[in-house]
Amino acid sequence: MNIMPQVALDAAATQISMPTKPSAVTARGVNVYYSDKHAIKDLSVDIPARSVTAFIGPSGCGKSTFLRCINRMNDTIPICRVTGEIKLDQRDIYDKSLDVVQLRAQVGMVFQKPNPFPKSIFDNVSYGPKIHGLTSSKAELADLVEQSLRRASLWEEVKDRLEASGTGLSGGQQQRLCIARAIAVSPEVILMDEPCSALDPIATAKIEELIDELRQNYTIIIVTHSMQQAARVSQKTAFFHLGTLVEEGDTKTIFTSPRDKRTQDYITGRFG
Amino acid sequence: MNQHIVSAFDTEIRDLQKKIAEMGGIAEKMLSDALEAIEKRDLRLAQQIITMDTRLDGLQRDIDERAILTIARRQPMAVDLRDIFVVSQIAGDIERVGDLVKNIGKRIIAMEGQFPPKSLLSGLRSMSLLALAQFKAVLDAYTQKDIDAAMAVWSNDGGIDRLYNSLFRELLTYMMEDPRSISYCTHLLFSAKNIERIGDHATNIAERIYYVVTGETLTAARPKGDDGPSMLTTGTDL
Repeated sequence: MNIMPQVALDAAATQISMPTKPSAVTARGVNVYYSDKHAIKDLSVDIPARSVTAFIGPSGCGKSTFLRCINRMNDTIPICRVTGEIKLDQRDIYDKSLDVVQLRAQVGMVFQKPNPFPKSIFDNVSYGPKIHGLTSSKAELADLVEQSLRRASLWEEVKDRLEASGTGLSGGQQQRLCIARAIAVSPEVILMDEPCSALDPIATAKIEELIDELRQNYTIIIVTHSMQQAARVSQKTAFFHLGTLVEEGDTKTIFTSPRDKRTQDYITGRFG
Repeated sequence: MNQHIVSAFDTEIRDLQKKIAEMGGIAEKMLSDALEAIEKRDLRLAQQIITMDTRLDGLQRDIDERAILTIARRQPMAVDLRDIFVVSQIAGDIERVGDLVKNIGKRIIAMEGQFPPKSLLSGLRSMSLLALAQFKAVLDAYTQKDIDAAMAVWSNDGGIDRLYNSLFRELLTYMMEDPRSISYCTHLLFSAKNIERIGDHATNIAERIYYVVTGETLTAARPKGDDGPSMLTTGTDL
């Protein structure tokens, strides 16, 4: 993968509204190409720490692509090229000296389809801490697993069957297991790519409740196709269209009186 | 505005707005009928006004029910959400206007046998015509989503207030001169107050149009008519 040196901030990039909290993730002049396709165009955004930011937009607008830049998941795609600057707590995540494995521990990810390892519930959660050497004894590890499962609001449902397979849980439980797995390595940021799209409304409500609790301690970025979900769970919303960040701001404003006509047309169901 | 991908959503919003237009039409008719009834001492027409008000009440209930169903079905956002919220509020405004005119109708009937002399009605007439013009204009502004027209109504309300204040003084003088006039003057005074309130509802609607179109609420103080001592302060606060 080709990583360009940091680009000079252009005028547009500097006119970003200041977040109310210190930003956890700062992007400046980010461009992403898949071969010739220009997937993200000159994107600059500040993601505030310890709050939920929602990315919305029609399919193919670049929101998932940008999400994947934040933990360098796009590195795994050979034709993908990222330019510009993305900082996590002032540290350039595309810095050559940066350890990508370490970055992905700091920036956890939850996917659309729950994807627990075909292992026990306990092993699913303990895997990350083990490979990162986060605990020094079995008891400590067991404690970390419990804490993670509790934070993911799954503990009460699985505490009696930690040795059962993670894949045997219901869809909603599997998704919470994946969240517990992400939390176990003490990330700062949790990326969620449509985490509820494969879940029923009750399981969705549980995840949303969980997201609301997690934002006390983590910076959460969620890609969602459900406008109502974005309105419910996020404090800040960014609307993407054709690879451009069209509008970002307080969720309240975006869903009651967006400034841009494209945002308005999209969220009111007038697009296309 | 582009159409929604789901065309039934457009139909629902259009139907709500049609119902508002229907309510507006009825309320306008009631108000002009009230003026005619008082001038011609037509008790039958006054009674009809009272009957017409039930139609407004029914339409308001219908609008609220439909608005709630649309919210439940479509989860409207942004301009749609403002639109549907405001439809319900405007229906409430028009329903209140209906109540106020109905009250005038009742007063006309109560004045039977001791109607005021025609010469006393000119102030009320001017007020009614101005309120009617304001009310019509604001409903048209709503149909067109015309923010300039709505703002014109909003800043014009002072005219009604001025007329009300001078009518108040006029009627007070009559009552002091001839205590026998107190009964019908009181009815006229309350009717005038009702019409002044109708003007306020017109400005309410203007503010709601401003909100639908811009997404912002008008924060400036509403213009009041008279620089001198106002009868409105006492009148409104009592």
